Amino acid sequence: MLLVTENSAVAAEPTSFKREMLATLPSLRAFAVSLTGKHDKADDLVQDTVMKAWAKQSSFEMGTNIKAWLFTILRNEFYSQMRKRGREVQDSDGAFTERLSVHPAQYGSMDMQDFKKALAQLPDDQREAVILIGASGFSYEEAAEICDCAVGTMKSRVSRARTRLQDILKITGEADYGPDAVSAQVTTSNHSF
Amino acid sequence: MMKEKLVTQQRMRTQAGRAEDGLGPNTDIGARLRALYGAVQEEGVPDQLLDLLERLDSAEQAQRTKNAARDGE
Repeated sequence: MLLVTENSAVAAEPTSFKREMLATLPSLRAFAVSLTGKHDKADDLVQDTVMKAWAKQSSFEMGTNIKAWLFTILRNEFYSQMRKRGREVQDSDGAFTERLSVHPAQYGSMDMQDFKKALAQLPDDQREAVILIGASGFSYEEAAEICDCAVGTMKSRVSRARTRLQDILKITGEADYGPDAVSAQVTTSNHSF
Repeated sequence: MMKEKLVTQQRMRTQAGRAEDGLGPNTDIGARLRALYGAVQEEGVPDQLLDLLERLDSAEQAQRTKNAARDGE
């Protein structure tokens, strides 16, 4: 009788590993798209990552940073597949090259296309650095751990990436626009809508 | 005076967060990066991926139940 109760308790309890993984998947997938440049390859990569992570879940400490852990596995998987297959994998321009039609309302599609092209021109290490810090929401310490480099290296990659992007896009107004940033951009830029 | 300066520095650091690297909330590059990334995030997770996770989880649940039953005997 006691056994039955215990079993049903185990079965009813949602696996928090699975739940936490689910919560991370959208961001993990976006990072995968930024690495591979293609949605189909990104989904394969995320799938491989999920299986790897599941097999390794005993090595993950519950309550620690599952997002950084999953990003590390995905990134390692990506580069090890790249090494196995050779650079031919890099047939695309890299970084969000597909689905150009998807863009948030406040940006014109031309504008975002330019940005994607600029992003694609960055060296791999700088691109991933600027994405992990600027979009995935990691701290420099976390990003450095994910990329297996020093924090200072991560900072300099981000800084070089930003400078390069600004050069390519000839963005001069890097400083804060103030609280009314969006409308300031709208009125001061010549984005096509 | 000293303390005031320190507080200001700290506030700038926490408030602006990433202002120094040009990726903060009100910067053009930061906003565009997040817009691109966000667009992919909003697509949702493909069913095949959700199915995979379900299968992995139910396989594990089944194994756990089996083990519990075995240990209970």
